[in-house]
Amino acid sequence: MSDIARALIKETIETNDVVLYMKGTSSMPQCGFSSRIAGVLNFIDLEWKDVNVLADEEIRQGIKDFSDWPTIPQLYVKGEFVGGCDIITDMMISGDLDTLLEENNVSFNKEAANKVREANT
Amino acid sequence: MAIEAQVIKDLIIEAFPDADIVVDGADGVHMSAIISAYEFAGKSMIAQHRMVFAALKGKMDGPNGELHALALTTKIKA
Repeated sequence: MSDIARALIKETIETNDVVLYMKGTSSMPQCGFSSRIAGVLNFIDLEWKDVNVLADEEIRQGIKDFSDWPTIPQLYVKGEFVGGCDIITDMMISGDLDTLLEENNVSFNKEAANKVREANT
Repeated sequence: MAIEAQVIKDLIIEAFPDADIVVDGADGVHMSAIISAYEFAGKSMIAQHRMVFAALKGKMDGPNGELHALALTTKIKA
């Protein structure tokens, strides 16, 4: 991975509380897995930055090397890699995502988060 | 394309010889795997998934990443 890609990734995840590296954009996801996570983040009124890896091949490969994680989407909270689609879905259902956001005082709509859980159990 | 599921299963068995493994998906691109292994004990979910990706030896991503998506469920085998 080039130093430029690494520096850009580092800067993005350090200057935005919540970043989702995804295929497509928040309003126009282009892959089912990215769409599912983008949908959840939007539903719980989270403020987050989308990075479309399809727009930059270096970032697409770079982010996988950066986190040692081979798939997209990838969620970062306060500069830390949290997980991919499976893990975020699981954390949403278990409530671990709420805890992580609260611990990092990232605001979100708790009621909406509870609705997601009700709809999935 | 069912062979793709067997290829995945063989790679996982190689890394987790005593695991219980179920691999589904027929299109060879969007697959799912449920793996219950002793080796996951004490590991975070991210660490468990990383172990599985390592076992798949690059089949998951990169230019020759045949496997576009693997829905992964890992459990600690008791």
